[in-house]
Amino acid sequence: MTSPTAQGAASAAPAWGLARSLANRTTRSLLSVALTFLGLTCVTFFIGRVIPIDPVLAIVGDKASAETYARVRAEIGLDLPIPVQYWRYLVKVVHGDFGNSVITSRPVLHDLLQVFPATLELALLALLIGVVAGVPMGVLAATHRGRWQDQVIRFLSLLGYSMPVFWLGLIGLLLFYARLGWVEGPGRLDVAFDDIVAPIIGMITIDSLLAGEYEVFWNAFWHLLLPASILGYLSLAYVARMTRSFMLAQLRQEYVLAALAKGLSPWRVVWVHALGNVWVQLVTVIALTFGSLLEGAVLTETVFAWPGLGLYMKNSLFNADLNAVLGATVLVGVVYIGLNMISDLIYPLVDPRARDQ
Amino acid sequence: MTEMTRRLLLATATAVPFAGWVRIADAAAPKDTAVFAKQIDDIITLDPGECYELSGIEMCTNIYDRLLRYEAEDLNKLVGGVAESWTVAPDGKTFTFKIRPNLKFQSGAPVTAEDVEFSLQRVVLMDKTSAFLLTQLGWSKTTVKDLVKGSGDTLTLKIAADFAPSLVLNLMTSIVASVVEKKVALANETNGDLGNGWLKTHSASSGAFKLIAWKANESVSLEAYPGFRLGAPLLKRVVVRHVPEPASQRLLLEKADADYARDLTPDQIKPLASNPDIKVESFKAANTFYMGLNLGYEPLANPKVRQAMKMLVDYDGMVKSFLAGRFFVQQSFLPLGFFGAIEYVPFKLDVAKAKGLLAEAGYKDGFAVKMAAPNVSPWTEISQSVQQTMGQAGIKVSIEPMELKAVISQYRGRGHQIAMLSWGPDYFDPHTNADTFAHNDDNSDTAKSKPLAWRNKWFIPDITKEMLAAAKELDAKKRAEQYVVLQKKVTDEGPFILMFQNTNQIARRATTTGFNPGITEDLNFYRTIRKS
Amino acid sequence: MATAPVPGTARAWLLSPAPASRRQARFGRWYRAWLGFRRNPLAMSGLAIVALLVLMAVFAPLIVDPQSATLQVLQDRLQPASWQHPFGTDELGRDIFARVVFGSRITLTIVVMVGVIVVPVGLAIGLPAGYFGGVVDTVLMRITDIFLAFPRLVLALAFAAALGPGIENAVIAIALTAWPPYARLARAETLTCRRAEFIQAAELQGASHLRIIATQIVPLCLPSVIIRLTLDMAGIILTAAGLGFLGLGAQPPAPEWGAMVSSGRQVLLDQWWVATIPGLAIFIVSLGFNLLGDGLRDASDSRS
Repeated sequence: MTSPTAQGAASAAPAWGLARSLANRTTRSLLSVALTFLGLTCVTFFIGRVIPIDPVLAIVGDKASAETYARVRAEIGLDLPIPVQYWRYLVKVVHGDFGNSVITSRPVLHDLLQVFPATLELALLALLIGVVAGVPMGVLAATHRGRWQDQVIRFLSLLGYSMPVFWLGLIGLLLFYARLGWVEGPGRLDVAFDDIVAPIIGMITIDSLLAGEYEVFWNAFWHLLLPASILGYLSLAYVARMTRSFMLAQLRQEYVLAALAKGLSPWRVVWVHALGNVWVQLVTVIALTFGSLLEGAVLTETVFAWPGLGLYMKNSLFNADLNAVLGATVLVGVVYIGLNMISDLIYPLVDPRARDQ
Repeated sequence: MTEMTRRLLLATATAVPFAGWVRIADAAAPKDTAVFAKQIDDIITLDPGECYELSGIEMCTNIYDRLLRYEAEDLNKLVGGVAESWTVAPDGKTFTFKIRPNLKFQSGAPVTAEDVEFSLQRVVLMDKTSAFLLTQLGWSKTTVKDLVKGSGDTLTLKIAADFAPSLVLNLMTSIVASVVEKKVALANETNGDLGNGWLKTHSASSGAFKLIAWKANESVSLEAYPGFRLGAPLLKRVVVRHVPEPASQRLLLEKADADYARDLTPDQIKPLASNPDIKVESFKAANTFYMGLNLGYEPLANPKVRQAMKMLVDYDGMVKSFLAGRFFVQQSFLPLGFFGAIEYVPFKLDVAKAKGLLAEAGYKDGFAVKMAAPNVSPWTEISQSVQQTMGQAGIKVSIEPMELKAVISQYRGRGHQIAMLSWGPDYFDPHTNADTFAHNDDNSDTAKSKPLAWRNKWFIPDITKEMLAAAKELDAKKRAEQYVVLQKKVTDEGPFILMFQNTNQIARRATTTGFNPGITEDLNFYRTIRKS
Repeated sequence: MATAPVPGTARAWLLSPAPASRRQARFGRWYRAWLGFRRNPLAMSGLAIVALLVLMAVFAPLIVDPQSATLQVLQDRLQPASWQHPFGTDELGRDIFARVVFGSRITLTIVVMVGVIVVPVGLAIGLPAGYFGGVVDTVLMRITDIFLAFPRLVLALAFAAALGPGIENAVIAIALTAWPPYARLARAETLTCRRAEFIQAAELQGASHLRIIATQIVPLCLPSVIIRLTLDMAGIILTAAGLGFLGLGAQPPAPEWGAMVSSGRQVLLDQWWVATIPGLAIFIVSLGFNLLGDGLRDASDSRS
């Protein structure tokens, strides 16, 4: 994965022009975001139009009469030239109207607000697992470079890189749900716990805590644990590797040797000073991991019947539900662009070395 | 936001009770609730005037009462729904229904003929997928207000097409004859949509259940209506949960998280037999599984080739192995259980004979052909089995697995060579299937309707005439005979390799009983379910 | 360190501390990298796995009867492992071992074809962007950013759905989503050497831009691009398997591993091997590519 920071670091301005450079940078970023956004919707729109599924069919089904079919076709504007259709769509999106989804009969925006928190809940816990376990593993690997600890950790993270996530999910369900019964199965909640907690932010674990419904919380938690652990393992692999290489770079620095020479405990030097210096880089990595978690969710959510963004995207794609596909892709694209932009912006601000280059 | 953060902090600070750490082993579905594990991602609306997806029809069957019905107590007997009695004028064109007195909507308002009039008219006026069921009676947006009239306790229907009265009455048992409360629908109307937008996700009914919530791709929750015409349903709540994977359905059932699993495959069913907590039951269903052969593709236009191909399917091998219990061989376009249906199985796997026919047709070495098939089980297995057996006679089948809707899109555009699909009847009358398998008197690309015969370019003006005659035959015995002839013709000469009819195999908790689905979704009643 | 090389051998020539030509220096660097690589057990096991995959794919018809990968024997469906069927049989009674062996051909084809498409496309976009800079750079990189902003798997799904079934289409779908990082990499590499003296010298001699890019810059970029490709192979395999799992990609009865997992999940509870074994195959092969790529990168890092 190429780091988005490479560009930002290379083109950083001298320290004295920081404010001006930031302003420039922001304008330029916004401009490029707008362009990227345009490209994103454009590509998605045209893919949507060449998919060999008739969008009218998705609405009226196979059995409607010819008149009904023609009326609906005209209603959704399919009889217009494609560029006109695209322009109309764009105008609506700019006004915050993503249209209605065919398969849920609701406004796409409404749907997204419902499915996104589900994915977010999954991705956040996965990220937490990945960071809490991955960072120490990376540090350990760096301090024991070339020794067995390093090899084991490297191997573990390569394993994570190599896992077909859908397969790991199936095996996990077989083992931990069907055979051992340690966790709950597919879905977000048992039926018995459905509709008890009204959504506040849409993440059931947090909503249930807010409402004081602890039983619901635990049920949601046990449903969440397995898919989140599996995604967490994948992100752990990446986080551990990146931490290792950042730490190696730090440990080569003179201040580390100096601190050791001054008699500071090696533990303190590594975990406080060196690690303290790489956190900015780590934030970037974590942001990227988060982005890839959103994407990895398509397969995980399929296996775990998790009603999140990934499943929503897949279902709408396969039902030629164009508004929904476009809306979801734009959302993920915007999150991606946002993450990249934030790390591009933050990076030179907080990392003096990048600024001075 | 700050308030929320504060509450969040508070909540986490007052330590979450650790009781949850020990997972309660069987948090079984509650006693007063029946839980179904079922694939319901086909639902796109629950407005009975629009809904035409299988799962949606099942929901509406339970939510709404209809003008006439086949009830759970006797699935073969036509009885009144909101209608107490009815008469048919001697010319067979005018139908008069008496609405039952003292019927109440869930809102408390009385059910009147005016509500029924509104419900039927709005189907035609909204012109959604299912509207064709009623427009075929000769009702149009301009005429329906004159032809469908209700006042007081009397509803009068006039039809402007040649149809047997029994067919018309059967249509009044279908989903389009669901009774919606006019006042509520109109109160929630936006932009003159007759309440369509609101009714997609809400109910205004007098049926056995009230719609609590439909969460797309997640669940449908129903609550019993105590004031229902036939008495309150036996359970308070029914939750139908969308579980796409059969394996997950089975797990939920085994762990008592669900009372019914609806989409198990034979391989899931078999191991359940030894579980004393679970019972498996089979009910006849009415879907026809077939392959459509496009006559536009040169070799398939040859009747001998089609004949040969019908002998190159291992019907028995499949129903005895991976389709066991879920399908049986039925090579007629009418499903058994329908009026006029015959058990007709003239073809079986016979490679030698098929080779002979192919040689006679000039395809001694076979030919290559593409087959579009949905990319999920059991289609993938069936298509691969067919691929192998056809290969034995030199027909090289290249399977193109696609999303179901992509197959249908291609099929409707006549872009396929072979399409493997299923067909489900629209209402409980043979005309529904005959009208599509044996209907094509305009073979042009711009034809007004796209019945299955048209999609496969099978031009049959004569058979179409016979089919239309059967639809308006008043004498039941004669009508049945006409359908027998039609079925044989379509199976023998038609562009369809008719393979199977399906069976509903349902696995349930041994303690939950009373769900006995009928041959179509219009007969799947939840109100009789009980738990002991 | 290794023992001192015997003078006069190829090894001595390669390890010579004072290479006589640029060619000797380059080969020497490669040789030293290989020596480093060879000492890395993880990397060597990766190489072994990949080599095994290639051998299995090439000699598949010698290992098992080609018929048995697709031959259905309905009476023998879902059999557990036995002498006759070392990995058991699937839902249509086909031998899973034979299918896994022949599936290696599909996997290898996909990986190679994606590589063959992605590298030239990435270079074709990244090199001019880095070399010419300015408007060319902005336009090309903006396009690249658009594709980077897509969720990759979803984009591949969309392309695969749009293109229809078939391995070739799966390859195109994956390639369409996999090229942007290569363009970025090629651009970055070009930028680092754009101002180098030998490039400017070539420019002064009147060499055309195309010639300079083709003869000077491409060879410089290739090693890092190839390493990147090796590291990506696993990702490509996983994406392809994911497509197969979701019902896109290979056409039945082709023994594509992802599709095999997908059909096996219906019987996972009772006949676990049907889904588990092809899943393991995907996992082992992508692990092999990861180990190999990782080792290559280490070796190239120590080289510089």
